[in-house]
Parts: sequence; structure tokens; C-alpha cells
Amino acid sequence: MILTKRSVPVIGIVALALVAGACSSSKKTTTAATTAVTTAAGATTAKPAVTTAAAAVTTAKPADTTAAPTATTAKAGAAMGPLKAATLNASGATFPKAFYEAAIADFTKVNKDVKINYGGGGSGKGRTDLADQITDWAGSDGTVKDADKATFKGGEFLYFPTVVAPITVSYNAEGVDKLNLTPTVIAKIFQAEITKWNDPAIAADNTGVKLPDAAIVVVHRSDGSGTTDNFTKFLDASVGSKGDGTWKLKSGSTVEWPTATTAAEGNGGVAKAIKDTKGAIGYVDLSDAKATGLKFASIQNQAKAFIAPTLEGASAAAEGAEVKPDLTYFAGWAKGDKAYPIAAQTWIIVYKKQTDKAKGEATKAFINYVLTDGQKTAKDIDFAPLPKALADKAIAQLAMIEIPA
Amino acid sequence: MSSPSLDLRASKSGGETGFRGLALAAGAFVLVILGAIAIVTTSKAWPTFRLMGLDFFTTKRWSATDRIYGATAFIFGTIVSSLIALILAVPVSIGIALFTTQIVPAKFRKPVIYAVDLLAVIPSVVFGLWGINVLAPKMDGFYKLMNRTFHGIPVLNKLFGPSAGGKSFFTAGIILALMITPIISSLSREIVDTCPPGEREGALALGATQWEMIRGVVIPHSKGGLVGAIMLGLGRAMGETIAATLVIGSSPQITANLFGAGNSMPAFIASQWGEADTSTKSALIALAVTLFLITLVVNIVATRTVARSQLRSAGGR
Repeated sequence: MILTKRSVPVIGIVALALVAGACSSSKKTTTAATTAVTTAAGATTAKPAVTTAAAAVTTAKPADTTAAPTATTAKAGAAMGPLKAATLNASGATFPKAFYEAAIADFTKVNKDVKINYGGGGSGKGRTDLADQITDWAGSDGTVKDADKATFKGGEFLYFPTVVAPITVSYNAEGVDKLNLTPTVIAKIFQAEITKWNDPAIAADNTGVKLPDAAIVVVHRSDGSGTTDNFTKFLDASVGSKGDGTWKLKSGSTVEWPTATTAAEGNGGVAKAIKDTKGAIGYVDLSDAKATGLKFASIQNQAKAFIAPTLEGASAAAEGAEVKPDLTYFAGWAKGDKAYPIAAQTWIIVYKKQTDKAKGEATKAFINYVLTDGQKTAKDIDFAPLPKALADKAIAQLAMIEIPA
Repeated sequence: MSSPSLDLRASKSGGETGFRGLALAAGAFVLVILGAIAIVTTSKAWPTFRLMGLDFFTTKRWSATDRIYGATAFIFGTIVSSLIALILAVPVSIGIALFTTQIVPAKFRKPVIYAVDLLAVIPSVVFGLWGINVLAPKMDGFYKLMNRTFHGIPVLNKLFGPSAGGKSFFTAGIILALMITPIISSLSREIVDTCPPGEREGALALGATQWEMIRGVVIPHSKGGLVGAIMLGLGRAMGETIAATLVIGSSPQITANLFGAGNSMPAFIASQWGEADTSTKSALIALAVTLFLITLVVNIVATRTVARSQLRSAGGR
């Protein structure tokens, strides 16, 4: 593709040598028209290096060669030249929506003939829409259940992990600025077994903190949600069916919360409810918790360390997670000293066999963008980038997308 | 000279059959759509009905993780919130109807009617957002006051139980009442208007006061129609989704506490649909079928009552 203007080097260099670091910094410096002939993506160490005609003429500063030594292969798949006009429709998870919207805006600024609409609507909707071939790709925080695989009319599909983000346990307790919580305590609070802030179980991990003699108000999601799914998966993995059995509500996009709890709609709704209710505690994604000005707890991870929800903690969690060959994984309750234990992952799901050349190429190029340059913009909007190894695996997997000639 | 008249007749009969066909098609179309909805939803809900059997209607528990689907708590929430709405809306609506037809001077009638009907134009999400941001926090204090006041009094202390944040059956009832008031009042207005002026004037001529006239002539005359109007309002309240979702509290429980959080069928379907897996989707559709049946019955009873009362008042003339 021939790209002009600033963000050009992006895809060009990536395909050439995946010299990621140089690209983004070159954004600022590149003013002259830059031409990059590229093959959209697909870098793998497994396959023999077939460096196709990929040349990048750039005025950017010299490439930082330490950035990406793995990618030597640029698999020929995408056509040369600019992306053809295509409109991609997508729907799904609301959790990464802000990230995708930012990525779409940046991507389509360069690829002016490509339009991408991301409708949100929830992971479940994203998967159903893709299954029915209403959309070209789906955003999903969860994987497709085996029973539902048959409903995908377009056959086999691929998971591309995109970003990770921590889910905070936010609270509103008078005089408490710092709070440490273990998974066991969280499970008991959300099952309404611990009902007072000054319960000895909470105090045990918070020496020196003056806990108020106030009732705990648990706030959870009223709508089915991937955030609930990941939060309950964390509890189930740490102290539930895979642990000591303290957590009894299992996991899912909605669980049977005790009636002594309250509900609110969406991450924003839960954040607002915590803000407005004295003694409240709830689970909220980091960006909403920050935007609402909530305080959030540090959570004990597998290595018995209390970790505050940060992007670095979420990335560390993804690094410690066990990734399956199809690139599905659960970022929560991961190994690693620095891993924040309640992390949520999300994927872009696409069909392996694309039916439309222009759309297929645009999809591939967009996912490649998300996995490379998009990763760098993620942090600005409170999403954690994938660990390098996982991003590389995802980029390599792009080669598996089949595009009709 | 005969040909133009023939043409005229031909075109007339052509228009006649055309109109008949169009009307028939429109009428049939409605039935076809209704039938199609019934068939598709029932078939999609079938796996759930087969899984749960009649227990679907009598089970309190809904657990997507354990594959146990019971509609009772949602039916309860729908009925309770709708009944609260009716109790609040009916006196006001009929009052408005009587006010606009019997009391207001003719020149102010139009603006009053217009203002009330304007309520029906407000999108339900606006009611919902107002409910969650303004009404619920305000009502929370009121609920707590009621709870303290009736503490220790049997029955009442159960009805006016503790409140948590103001999202409850009662708040949902208030919002629904606001939404159904224009419907009930405009239907009642038309029904009250059918009351023969001769009878009203006769009553007044016999020395009845205005209230005696309304009580003795207008109300008995329009009773059936008013019941129908109320039933149509009920149907609307039961089907309301977004406003109820926002203010009912989203906790499927069966409790006497009107200030407690509950959940209604349409609210639950709307909030769960996005993330539901295949079998939960089927269960949600089963819930929709249940709601469909209940509203269908309410509406059939309503239209029948209205029709019968209209027939009676027409015959009375």
C-alpha cells in the first residue's frame, strides 16, 4: 500500500522489519511524504523468512533495531498499493470500545478509503452478529462456547487478542484512602457474608487503617456484562471452584447476586453508584473508576503481593497468563509477582476465510495496526498493551487469514 | 352519452375493489405479523419450555450458570410495578378526563388536553433517566421516613420495608404511572364524552350538583369504557422496558417490601440479552413469550370491555 503523510511508516516498517519503536517516534519527525510498500502484516519466526518486496522510504530517524528482532518475515498476502475502498462493520464488547474507536480514527486517517464502524452492544451481541455474518469482525471479552461454534455461518474463526485492562475493586468508605483486599475477603464481601467495613477479616490485611463502623453496600452490574464475567472468573479461579470453594456464585456474565446487594447499569452506572453511596464497594474498569474519581483497592495476587490496579499490572498479568494455541487466555489470577489479579482480556474475532478481497485486506491491515502502532496509543486511554510475546504471536497469526484473489 | 357514465362506474368499482384489497391486505398483514411473532418466539423458546416444563412459571430462581430458569420473580415484579402504576395513575387520569370534559370552560379545554397528551410524547428513556438521577435519590429519603414511621406496625412494616438507594418497585411504579397517565386520560376523556348531554342536563335540571351529576350519570354510563382504558394502560405499563430497567433495581426477588429492588420481565430481557449465551437467550425469549401472553390477555379483555360499553352507550341513545 502506498501511504502518504505522517503515520505511514507505521505499517511499512512493521512489515519490513517490525521495528516498532522507531515508527511511533518517527510520527513526529516525518513531514516529507513517505512511501511504504508493504505487505500488510504477518510476521512469524516459525516460517522460513520470505522477505517480499517491501521497501520503506522514510525520513524517520534510524530504526531502533533492538525493538523487534523476531519479525523477519513479511508474508506476502495483502496486495501492494493502498487499501481498496471498503466499509467494515463490527460490533461487540463495550469494554474496549474507547480503544477501538481511537484506533479506528487513527487508522482511517491514513487509509482514507476504509470506513470502520464499531457498534458496541456487548460481547454476546458481537459474537452473534459475526456468527450470522452481519458484521465483518467482532469484539469480544469472552471466547465462543463449544456449543455455539456451529452457529458461525462463515466457518472457522480466529482470535486476535488486542488489549488488556485491570478491573478495579472501587470503594467509598469514609477515611479509608488505602485498602488491601485478598480474594477471600472480596468473595465474602460480594456474597454479603462480610457486611461491615470494620470486620476483622478486612482489618487483618489493613493494619494502621481506621476502618469505619459502617455497612458495606455491594454494587454490581444489572446488565449482563463481560466485566462481571471476568470479575467472577477471577473469584472462581482464586477462591471458588478451582480454589477453596469460598466463592459459590460461579462465573458468568450475570450471576445470582444475593438480594442484599444493589445493581447499576454499565461500568459508568456502577462507578456513579459507588460515588453516591456511602459504604459502597463494586467492580469497575479502570478508566471509569478514574474518570469518576473513585478510590480502589490493592488486590492480593498469586504471589501473595498486594498490587494496585495499573496498566503495568494488567500487562504483567497477560504475560503470566497461560495462552492457548488459538490465542485464547484468561488474564485474571495470573502468575507473576507484579501481576494485578483482576485483569480483563479482549479479542477481535474474524473469520479465517474472508469472502471479499477489499474487506479482507482492510480487516487484516486494521488488526495489524491495532497490534502494532495501536498498542502505543492504548495507554493514553487507560488500556494496557499486550506483552510483546503475545502481540507477536497475534501478528504472526494474521498470516492465517485467507483472502480471495 | 352512456360511455362516460360507464367509465365513472367502472372507475368507481375499480377504486372500491382496490380499497377493499388494500384494507384486507393491511388487516391480514397485522395478523400475519402477530402470528409470525408468536410462532418464531415460541419455537425459539421451546428448548427452555422443554427443559423447565411448567416449572418455568413457578420457579423463583434464575441462574444462567446452573441452567435453571424461573420466571416467577419477573412476573411478580412486572405485576407489582404495574399495579402500583395503576393505583397512582387511575384516579389522576380519570380526574383529568372529568376535568377536561365536565369542568374546564370550553376555551381552556384544548390547551389542557394538549398539555396532558404532551406527556405521551416524552421518550421513555427520558422518564427513566429522570427517574434514576432525580426521582430515585429523592424518594430514598421518603422511603426511609416511611420505613421509620411504620416500623413495628404489622403488615405495613412489611410493605414499607428498608430502602437501598431508592431504586425499587415503587419508584418504577411512579415512573410507569407518569407514562400511562396520558393514555388512560385521553381514552377516558373520549369515553366520558360519549355520555349523552340530555341525561347530564336532565340530572342538573333535577337539582343535582355537578359532582352528583358526574357520580350519578357520567360514571355509570362510562364504567365499562373506563375499565377498558385502564386495562390498556396496564398493558402499556407491563410492556415498558427501558424506564423500568433503569429504576426497578435489577434484583429478581419476591418480597412484600415495595421499597425493595425488583426486576420486571421486559427490563430483565433488555439488560441480559446482549451477553446471553444460546440457552439463556432461549430462556429470555420464553420470558418474552410469557409477557406476550399476559399483555395479549390484558389487551383482549380491555378492547372487549371497551367495545361492549360503546355498544351499550350506542344502544342507549
